[in-house]
Amino acid sequence: MSIVNPGFFGRRRGPSDRIPPGQYATEEFPVLSAGPTPNIHLDRWAFTITTEAGVEHTWSWDELQALPHETPTVDIHCVTTWSKLDTSWEGVSLDVLLEDVETAADYALVHSYGGYTTNLPLDDLLEGQAWVVFGYEGGPLAPEHGGPARLLVPHLYFWKSAKWVRGIQLLLQDEPGFWETLGYHEYGDPWREQRYAGD
Amino acid sequence: MTTQHEYVDGNRLAGPLADVFAVDITAASTSCIGCGRRSVVAQLHVYVVGEGYVARCPGCQDPVLRYARTSTGGVLDLRGTLSLQVPLPG
Amino acid sequence: MVRRLAWLAGRVVEARHETTTARTLVLEVPGWPGHLAGQHIDVRLTAEDGYRAMRSYSIATPSDGDRVAITVQRLPDGEVSPYLVDGVSVGDRLELRGPVGGWFVWEPSSRIPVLLVAGGSGSVPLIAMLRARIATGSTARFRLIYSARTLADVLHADELAAAPEGVGVDLVLTREESPSGRPAGRLRLDDLGRPRGPVDVYVCGPTGFVESAATMLVTLGYDEARIRTERFGGGGRP
Repeated sequence: MSIVNPGFFGRRRGPSDRIPPGQYATEEFPVLSAGPTPNIHLDRWAFTITTEAGVEHTWSWDELQALPHETPTVDIHCVTTWSKLDTSWEGVSLDVLLEDVETAADYALVHSYGGYTTNLPLDDLLEGQAWVVFGYEGGPLAPEHGGPARLLVPHLYFWKSAKWVRGIQLLLQDEPGFWETLGYHEYGDPWREQRYAGD
Repeated sequence: MTTQHEYVDGNRLAGPLADVFAVDITAASTSCIGCGRRSVVAQLHVYVVGEGYVARCPGCQDPVLRYARTSTGGVLDLRGTLSLQVPLPG
Repeated sequence: MVRRLAWLAGRVVEARHETTTARTLVLEVPGWPGHLAGQHIDVRLTAEDGYRAMRSYSIATPSDGDRVAITVQRLPDGEVSPYLVDGVSVGDRLELRGPVGGWFVWEPSSRIPVLLVAGGSGSVPLIAMLRARIATGSTARFRLIYSARTLADVLHADELAAAPEGVGVDLVLTREESPSGRPAGRLRLDDLGRPRGPVDVYVCGPTGFVESAATMLVTLGYDEARIRTERFGGGGRP
């Protein structure tokens, strides 16, 4: 049974050339979290890339800040159907962080403070597609949006852009993350509406 | 407003979990695998992300129960739960 | 016996504004199984293009045949609440399922004194408990502490002003002086008072409100095992 409610439209939805199917554009920046906001002290913050051979590459907060910064302006798309256009960020490209990392891995499992994880192909972190960001719209990234630092992979649904990021584990075989083990899509391309496994 | 508090009570799971359980699961009690604490499902701290629900232990904040309504069905993950005790009429 | 919760069709038989931003919808739901005060329903709206949105609303009335009432607060940036407050007319049909939630409920057979603590539109399931007490002729002592911004934001104000013997109502207004003379301000310890003997406590409101009320209740010596809470998130139910 389904009743259509005349006069109910819901949020104004795409698609347009900037809004993927099933999404609506918002000026807000909704806060969505799968758990409490962790308390992270910058003097104890670290970001670690671990290769499939167990080799660790670690940056402290100051070491991360000393790397070249980029300021990408990108559109972001959340699986809960909002999209936000022209968001501006400041951070370090994953190309820089992965530059001296020796690996044969095809997959990455991203880890966050608080226990969150998400998986994606390593290729999607390379070639100017992904950053570890700590600035948003000219200021520091707020804790509820993933500060002190989050991953930014804007060409995939935003759950892949893990908040409170603390490391990336490089893997020879794909390993599903927090939402992916609950039936969310392993890749998550918003333009192909890959919300759930099988989409 | 701080966002540390942006969870709701486990009561909110009553509707979504009616997709997969024939009884009201919010009145059931659980034990958290992380810290052993017993809670009624209605007392868990639930983070709602669209049609995804993460119910955490009020003690240690570990996920006890997770549920998502996907395009093909409901996915329930109980790996954070030691046991689920459901009150049934005698 | 297995009774999987089905989506039901409810027809709006009555609609009235409680405040400028809140409206009560009375629905007639054939096949409604009855409910306990404190339970809620999920309402699902479907747009012509198939888009769907679902929200939970507490039931505002005690069980009454196939009738169910909800009181919806319009949220400025809401998606569903503006439609329910301004878009729906008497005669329209809405899809719903329920009743759901068997924990945040008051059983009319209980004789234990009850303390209800409401923040904003969190008063709705607590009003249902108050109404259930009156409808069933219960003599359990009830006290409602209701925090709202101003007097104009108080839902069901006339009914609360006419509360019968054995039911105490205290308004805590955060932006103006209360009718009792209490100065404007958030809920404080002395608004709640200490328990004398066992009390069943029900707290409902935005998450931050429930969090601070529950902490105060425990500080005052209320038994944690007798405190039941329903947090509904940031500001309300969008």
